Amino acid sequence: MRTDDLIRALDADAHSRAMPLGSAWWVAAGAATGIAAVVFWLAIGPRTDIATAMHTMRFLAKFVFTTALAISAFALIRALSTPGASTSRAAAWMTAAPLLVVFAVVLELLSVPAADWGRRLVGSNMVVCLTFIPLIGVGPLAVFLAVLRYGAPTRPVLAGTVAGLLAGGLAATFYAAHCFDDSPLFVATWYTIAIAILAALGAIGGRLFVRW
Amino acid sequence: MTGNDEAELSRLMRAAIAGDEKAYADFLRRTAALVRGFIRRKIVQGEVDPEDVVQETLLAIHVKRHTWRQDLAVLPWVYAIARFKLIDAFRRRGRRIEIEIDEIAETFAEPEAETVSERDINRALDGLPPSQRSVVSSVSVEGRSIGETAAKFGISETAVRVSLHRGLATIAKRFGVKQFGRAKQFKRE
Repeated sequence: MRTDDLIRALDADAHSRAMPLGSAWWVAAGAATGIAAVVFWLAIGPRTDIATAMHTMRFLAKFVFTTALAISAFALIRALSTPGASTSRAAAWMTAAPLLVVFAVVLELLSVPAADWGRRLVGSNMVVCLTFIPLIGVGPLAVFLAVLRYGAPTRPVLAGTVAGLLAGGLAATFYAAHCFDDSPLFVATWYTIAIAILAALGAIGGRLFVRW
Repeated sequence: MTGNDEAELSRLMRAAIAGDEKAYADFLRRTAALVRGFIRRKIVQGEVDPEDVVQETLLAIHVKRHTWRQDLAVLPWVYAIARFKLIDAFRRRGRRIEIEIDEIAETFAEPEAETVSERDINRALDGLPPSQRSVVSSVSVEGRSIGETAAKFGISETAVRVSLHRGLATIAKRFGVKQFGRAKQFKRE
């Protein structure tokens, strides 16, 4: 088949229409949030004292970290799935969540006696944290990998990793409403490990499934 | 020339999205010439046939055209896809290459004409289910319109469009999977 023949066939197929990738990402964000919410409510649900917890800075700060991660990862993955799109600005925003956590950890170290650091870091919930953040996030991760396949990421492994971070940020936002360990020391350690598990799964998924 | 190419190609692509079929054919032809110039300069070893990569890139551009946003420049989008498909072609043949992003566009945008030889795409075409294969061949190699193809096979125009669409999507997908030497490697869908 000559290239001109191929062009004739492609031109004859010009009428076929697909949803713009930008819209697909918003549909995916809605679906992923729905899946995460269902798994969260069925598996663990919010902590019983959530009304009181809402008035504490440490509890609220957790949502600032996790939503910062989710929003910045969403912006980056949109750029990564579009060939030729600039990713540098979105990539720079990915430092927001880690910087906020580092800042909070410093504040915590300054405001809490050193004798208390270990107890706060270990917390009471780390196994639950390491179980349920990946569990809540795995469904959203599958959705995001499917959209990456629908898109055209020229760096599939990197895009898959960011899909994992996005799923992690989303899952951690729900999980934070359940978890009693509000210290930034706990969050910086165990949330990070749990989200890294999803990021690793995303990288593998990107390598294996994101072909185009 | 790059500035003109960008303005002209993005105009054609917008018109194509708005439903102008002629604009889409023009867009593809001009894009093919630019991509050919880019690919030929990147392939020096002679193991990969540049025209195979050109065709693979055109198919990818077609099946992934929903990833282009009208507020983005079209040439960086085209070259990013071409570069990805070129790296893919080398990888499938067990070679690793590095391509500098900065080198594209300005330096390698001279349009070039096609040379003819045996094509990967023919093997991909051979692997299609018979009904899709005959429709794709009719519209491409034999140059029939949708209507003429429908009349030839005694099926509706809608059925022709569906077979064509699925056939092209399958060919595009199979290019990316592995180097296909035998049609048997393909699974029927």
